[in-house]
Amino acid sequence: MKKTDALIIGAGPTGLFTAHQLKLIGLDCEIVDNLDKIGGQCIELYPDKPIYDIPAVPECTGEELTNNLINQIKPFDIKFHLNERVDEVKKENDQWYVKTSNGTTFLTPNVIIAGGVGSFEPRKFPVKDCEKFENKSIFYSVKNKKIFEGKIVTIFGGGDSALDWAVELSKNSKVNLVHRREDFRGAQATVNQVYELAKEGKIDLLTKYQMTAIEGDQQLVGIDIKNDDEEVKNLKTDYALGFFGLIMKLGPIADWGLNIDKKTISVDTEKFETNQKGIYAIGDICNYPGKLKLILSGFHEGALAARACFKLARPNEKYRFEFTTTSSNLLKRLGKKE
Amino acid sequence: MAKITYITHDNKNHTIEVQNGLTVMEGAVQNDIPGIDADCGGGMACATCHVYVKEEWFDKLPTKEDGEEDMLDMAFEPKKNSRLSCQLTVSDELDGLIVNIPSKQG
Repeated sequence: MKKTDALIIGAGPTGLFTAHQLKLIGLDCEIVDNLDKIGGQCIELYPDKPIYDIPAVPECTGEELTNNLINQIKPFDIKFHLNERVDEVKKENDQWYVKTSNGTTFLTPNVIIAGGVGSFEPRKFPVKDCEKFENKSIFYSVKNKKIFEGKIVTIFGGGDSALDWAVELSKNSKVNLVHRREDFRGAQATVNQVYELAKEGKIDLLTKYQMTAIEGDQQLVGIDIKNDDEEVKNLKTDYALGFFGLIMKLGPIADWGLNIDKKTISVDTEKFETNQKGIYAIGDICNYPGKLKLILSGFHEGALAARACFKLARPNEKYRFEFTTTSSNLLKRLGKKE
Repeated sequence: MAKITYITHDNKNHTIEVQNGLTVMEGAVQNDIPGIDADCGGGMACATCHVYVKEEWFDKLPTKEDGEEDMLDMAFEPKKNSRLSCQLTVSDELDGLIVNIPSKQG
């Protein structure tokens, strides 16, 4: 069990800057995020899109903002737990016991939820009964490509993941690639490669089709696909892979006894504390009168929540407000002074 | 100002006057019409404001910008008449527009 002064859920801009604020005032913290990389929505949804309303930064992309925030916390030693989703938060005496999907456990007086709109999860097939086959014959990511060898694999999607796996799996499997329109949005080189493989008969390309039904008992045996003109085609297949990107789901946060309204958590505006003492919500996921879903608001909310954490993590010490320009304490923590 | 009718999945009609300049997505969100999540807030980055536009309206709308069709690939059950409502800016010309909201956004 890991002990820390504060656990941050979410490694987006708000979570990152809050880590900076916690470390600056002398608290330790660790960060958990369900994605495999740091940056949250900025990196997952709009890495290349310019942002124009970060104070004192006239223009930067989601990726640049993330990299700058990572640089800003470089002076500190902060442990990240990526690819892990927080599944459980429960009271243990006057601390919070937190458990992730990988089984990592924490004991902390402060939990800061900086979870955006929830955790990113793969978008799934809308067809009924797909759930039954999930992780058996239907997958939304590939963990072990060996299982597809010598089998028929039907891949759905038009982006890089779908195209890359179509190319890769066509080496040892019979591959159908199904996409809802003729244009692919993946890298042009890969698109060309797919057309080439289709010409050679290594990939069966089916555009303007979408899945409408699946058949099979224990194991998938076939699927129906339909085009815009309502023509239905039945494909024999052993596996179906769907690559439709990620969607944000509130997930287990809904079960922690917090006041949730329309996928957001109610907080006060002094500490950004929820209805549970020691659990805070900041950034897009929090809600209070006048809330603005802007990155700059998340920074402010995190700075205040960090000060509130101090009281619970160091009950016998008094928090003293200091500036980074003048405080030798803060400059030492930043590594700017011996 | 334009009157826009949102038909939710349970077949309820919600007709609302939406100010020019707002998007069809904002018209729904500001009036608490269920079924449009708009997780990314209108950035064409999430496909959770997906709607089906009534056939007779589909060709009258401004054409899709680059990127909208890419995002629609990820929408829940996209069809020929699918649009992202965050990309439809309300003007007098849209008076009478009817959109259907899908059963879910993902």
